[in-house]
Amino acid sequence: MRAIIAGFKELTRYKSAMFGLFIIGLLVAISIYTVIAIPYSEAIRLWRGGEEIWREYPRNALPSWVNIFPGVNLPKTMILSTTEVEKQVQPLGGGTTNIRAVLTFDYSSNTFPKELALRFTATYQAKEPFVDVLWITPDGREFRLDTESISHEEWVLISQDTTLRRRLGNQPPEVGLFADPENPDRPLQGTYQLVLDGYVFEEGSDLDARLIIYGRVHGWAGTDDQRRDLMVALLWGTPIALAFGLFGALVTSVTSLIIAAVGVWYARWVDAAIQRITEVRMILPTLPILIMIGTFYSRSIWLMLGAIIVLSIFGSAIKTNRAMFLQMREAPYIEAARSYGASNLRIVFRYLIPKAIPLLIPSFVIMIPSLVFLEASLAFIGLGDPVLPTWGKVLQNASSGGALYKGYYYWVLEPAFLLMLTGVGFTAVGFALDRIFNPRLREI
Amino acid sequence: MQRTNGKLLEIKDLHKWFELRKFGFIRIGFVRAVDGVTFDLGPKEALAFVGESGCGKSTLARTVLGLHQPTKGEVIFQGRALHKLGRWYRSQVGYVQQDPYGALPPFMTVQRILEEPLIINRVARTRAERLARVTEVLEEVRLTPVRDFLGKFPHMLSGGQQQRVVIARATVLRPKLIVADEPVSMLDASVRVEILKLLRELQEAHELGVIYITHDLSTIRYFSERIFVMYAAKFVEKAGVRELIHNPLHPYTQALLEAIPDPDPKNAETYKDVPPGEPPSLINPPEGCRFHPRCSRMIEGLCDVQVPPEFEPQPGHYVACWLYRDGEVPAADN
Amino acid sequence: MANQDVLLKVEDLRLYFRTTKGVLRAVDGVSFELGADRAMVIVGESGCGKTSLARAILRLLPRNVHTYTGKVYLDGQEVMSLSDEQFRRQVRWVKMSFVPQAAMNALNPVIRVADQVAEPLLIHNRIKSKAEAKRRVEEALKLVGVPLDFMTRYAFELSGGMRQRVIIAMALVTSPVLVILDEPTSALDVLTQANIMNSLKRIRKELALTYILITHDISTSSELANESMVMYAGQLAERSHAGGFYKDPYHPYSRMLMASVPSLREDKELAFIPGKPPSLLNPPEGCRFAPRCPERFEMCDQDPPPFTLEDGRVVRCWLYRGRA
Repeated sequence: MRAIIAGFKELTRYKSAMFGLFIIGLLVAISIYTVIAIPYSEAIRLWRGGEEIWREYPRNALPSWVNIFPGVNLPKTMILSTTEVEKQVQPLGGGTTNIRAVLTFDYSSNTFPKELALRFTATYQAKEPFVDVLWITPDGREFRLDTESISHEEWVLISQDTTLRRRLGNQPPEVGLFADPENPDRPLQGTYQLVLDGYVFEEGSDLDARLIIYGRVHGWAGTDDQRRDLMVALLWGTPIALAFGLFGALVTSVTSLIIAAVGVWYARWVDAAIQRITEVRMILPTLPILIMIGTFYSRSIWLMLGAIIVLSIFGSAIKTNRAMFLQMREAPYIEAARSYGASNLRIVFRYLIPKAIPLLIPSFVIMIPSLVFLEASLAFIGLGDPVLPTWGKVLQNASSGGALYKGYYYWVLEPAFLLMLTGVGFTAVGFALDRIFNPRLREI
Repeated sequence: MQRTNGKLLEIKDLHKWFELRKFGFIRIGFVRAVDGVTFDLGPKEALAFVGESGCGKSTLARTVLGLHQPTKGEVIFQGRALHKLGRWYRSQVGYVQQDPYGALPPFMTVQRILEEPLIINRVARTRAERLARVTEVLEEVRLTPVRDFLGKFPHMLSGGQQQRVVIARATVLRPKLIVADEPVSMLDASVRVEILKLLRELQEAHELGVIYITHDLSTIRYFSERIFVMYAAKFVEKAGVRELIHNPLHPYTQALLEAIPDPDPKNAETYKDVPPGEPPSLINPPEGCRFHPRCSRMIEGLCDVQVPPEFEPQPGHYVACWLYRDGEVPAADN
Repeated sequence: MANQDVLLKVEDLRLYFRTTKGVLRAVDGVSFELGADRAMVIVGESGCGKTSLARAILRLLPRNVHTYTGKVYLDGQEVMSLSDEQFRRQVRWVKMSFVPQAAMNALNPVIRVADQVAEPLLIHNRIKSKAEAKRRVEEALKLVGVPLDFMTRYAFELSGGMRQRVIIAMALVTSPVLVILDEPTSALDVLTQANIMNSLKRIRKELALTYILITHDISTSSELANESMVMYAGQLAERSHAGGFYKDPYHPYSRMLMASVPSLREDKELAFIPGKPPSLLNPPEGCRFAPRCPERFEMCDQDPPPFTLEDGRVVRCWLYRGRA
C-alpha cells in the first residue's frame, strides 16, 4: 500500500502527469457538480423532453462564446412577454374589450435571427379572442402580421408564414422583417416594436403573448436539432463516461488479475482451461459481438457494460498477467511461504496478487479512456443506451442530423473534444504511472 | 512422537527424478537430481552438504523440506515418514534461502513477514502473543532496537539485515530442523562470517539440527561438525570437518580442496592441479562411478562399470570410491 | 615498486553520476600506476566503486554522467583527451579490453561462437579477409582452452565455464596489451574457477599481458595478482605489491578485510567489519573509513592524502604519515 502511495507521489516529477491529473480533476469536478445541479431524473426528463420543454430554445444554435471573435456578432434568443409590460385595457362596448400591449426590443446583431414565433395564451370561456399583430422597424416601417384567433394556447410560427413571406418579397420573415432596406443582406439595428391589439369578448378573459426571437447562439454549448441545450448532454456525459470507464476498468483489471493468478498457481487443467477460453475469446471480434447484443437483445448501458467487462477480462489482460505471474511463481519468497505451510489460496491472494497490484495500476488507468471510447463508439453507431445523454449519443445525433454537411461543426467538436480530453488526461497519468511502477522504463 | 535412535532426520535411499517431456506429454527421460542418498541427522547436529552447482544439493534440500515428493526412498522425521506428517511438519522445519531480498515479500513489513508463519500455523493466537514472539526472534538475530525494524520493508534493509530477517522467520515457529541453502553466498564477504556465526549461535541455543548447503568449502569449518560431499546427485564422501579438510580421500574432494585458494601471494606463480572438464549431465550420467571421466586415478574396468558402494576406511569417514575397496587408505599416488 | 615500464597511469580520475537522489561520487579522485606485464587486483566491498573505475578507464559510461575528469596515460599516450570516436577506434578493444561481470550470460544467443569472437576483430581492427579473421579466432579459442569444434555452436549449448572462456577469447582476439576483468569467475564453481584461473595465468605468461582483476573475493584474487589495490568509498585506500598486501596489509581496512576471509587450511579466528560503507551520495568529511576504524584518532577528521611510503606502497591513512 505504501508503495502505491509513494508511487503516486512520484507523479509530481512528471509534468505530463500533473497536467493529466489536472484534467481528471476537472472532469471529476464537472461530474460532481452535474450530479448535484441536475439530478438524474431531471436530466432524463430534459433530454427526452421534446417540444414541451425545448420549444423556446433555438434550433442548432452555436455556443454563445463564439461572439468573442471579432466580427462575429450572432444574436442571442430574445423572449419578450406581455406579462412584463403594461397592458392597456380599453373596453370598446358590446362586451368587447381591447387589450393592447407593446413589446419593445433592441436588435444589435449583424446577423438575422434564426426564427420568429409568437406564443399566445388566452383565458376565456367560449369565445376565442382575436389579436392583431403589428411589427414596427426602427426606421418606422410597419408590417401587419396576420390576425389570429387564439385558443387557450396557440403558437404562431411567424417564420413559416408563407403569405407573409410573399408579402416581404419572397424573403423568409425573420429576414424580411429585419432587413435594412439600404443593405438588405444585413439586419437593421435599432429598436423594434411589436404592437399587439387583442380583442376579448367575455368578462374575465385575458390574453398574453410571448415573442420569441430565436437567436443563433445559445449557452455554453449551443443546441442540437431538437433544440436541446447540449450542455445537458455534455455535462451528464461526464459522470457517465467516468463511471463507465472506472467501473469497467476496475472490475476487468481486478478480475483478470485474480483469474490469471489462480490459473498460474493451480496450473495443469485450471490453467489450460483459462488459456483456451482466453484464446478463443481473443479471436472473436469485440465490436461485432457487442453490436449483436445491442441489436438483438437490449441496448441498456448496464448490459453493455457487463458484456464489455466479460469480453475484456478474457482478453490480452489475462495473457500478460499470466506471463507476469509465471515469473513471480518461482520467486524465493513464494517457495518460503510454501515451506512454512501457506495454503494455496493464501499464496494466491496474499503473496502473488499483492506483488502484482502496483503493476496493475498503469494498465488500469489506461483502460479507462479506452472503455469511454468504446461506449462512445457504440452510441455513435446507434447502440447507445436509449435514455442516457452521453457524448456518444450527441455524436450520433450529430451524424444523423447531418451536422458536418450543414456546417454545425460545434455539434461534433464539442463531444469530440471532451472525449479527447478524457483520453489525454488518463493516458498522460497512466503512462507516467507506467514509468514509475515499471522500473525498466524509468528515466534517470 | 516416537524417536527411533533419537535421530531427528533419517534419509533412506532417497531419489528425486524430474520428468522431461517433449511437447508437454512425450516423456523422453529424467533429470536425476537426487539419485540414491542415505544419511542421518541427530537433533543437535550441524551437517554441511558441499557440492558444485547442479549436483543436486538444492533439490535434496527441498525434498527434505517437503517441497518435493520423493520419487523413491523415504524421508523420516523423528521416526515418522514425511508423507504421514502433514501440516505439522511445516512448523518443525525452517528454511533459509540464498537470496535474502527474494526470500522476503517486498510488500510486507518485517513484523508481518514474521507473523505470517505464526498465523498460518495457528501458533500464538493473540496479537500480543505474536508480537512477543516476533520481538523475541528479532532480538535473537540481533536486529535491535526491535521497534525500529518492525515497520520496515525489505528494501529498506541491507543484505545482511535481510538475511537476518529470513533467519528470524525460519526460527519463529521454534522448529527442530533448519535447512539453510547457500545462506551467505549472495552476501558481501565481510558480512558472511557474521551471519554464519549467528546461525551457529542459534543452533546451539535452541538445540537445532541444521543442514547447511554450500559450494564454498572455506566457510565449512566455521559451521558444522560433519560434511557430506555431493557430486552428480550422489554423496561421494562423508566425514567430520577436520578429518575431511586434513585428510580428503575421494579424488573429487581432493580436487575441491586443492582448488580453493587461500590469500597467498605465491598462488600467482603456481598452477592448481585440478581435473579438467565439467560435472556430468544428470539426465545421462556416466556409467559406474560418476566422477570417472575426470578422475586421474580411475581404474579401467572397475570405475567405469560399477557404481562404488560406501567404504569406511577410517571410523566415521565414508568414501564411495573403488580406491578404498580393500578397506584401507592406499599409498599416495604419484 | 617503481617500474621503468609504466603501462597505465591514472591521475585523479573522477566519475560522478547524476541520480534522482543527487550526485553519486562513484570514483572520487583515484590515482595509480601499473607497470607493464604486471597483474593488479582491485579489491573492495560492493559499492566501493571498483567497477565504476574500470568503466571510467574504458570510457564505458551511461547517460547520467555528471563529472568525468582526470588523466589516463596508456603506454605514454594521454587517452582522456581523445574524442569518443578516437577512443573507440584507437584504444578500446584495441589496446585495452574488458571482461565485464556476468558476461557469460550476455552472449548473443543467436550468433555462433566463432562469429561472436570475431566481432571485436571486425569492428575494431577492421580485418577484411575472412580467412584472417578465422585464423585469429581459432588462435584465441585455443589460447583460452575452448575446443575448436565449439566454434559452430551457439552460446546456450555451452556450459558456464566454457562461456566464460569464450568471453575471455573475445577480449583477447584483438591482441590488446591490457585486459580488465571484472569478477571473471564469481558465478562459477570452484573447480571451473580454478581451471580458468590456470588458463588466465598461462595466457598472461604467453602473451606478456597486463591484467587488472576486479573482485570482492580476496582469496581468488591471490591467484592472479602480483600487485594489489584496495578501494573504499570511491577512493584508493591502499596500493601494494601482492606479497606485502596479503601478508602484511597496512591500511586498517585492508587488515580487517584480510581478517574476515575464512581460511580453509589454518585455524583462524574470523573477524568482521561492523557498520556499513558510507553512501557515495554525500561522502562524509574526513577519512571515509574512520566511522568503522578501530584505530581512529583526531587527525582522522581530515581526509588523509595518499602517502607514498619508502617501500613504494601507497596508503591513504594518517597512521602512515611519518613514513612518506
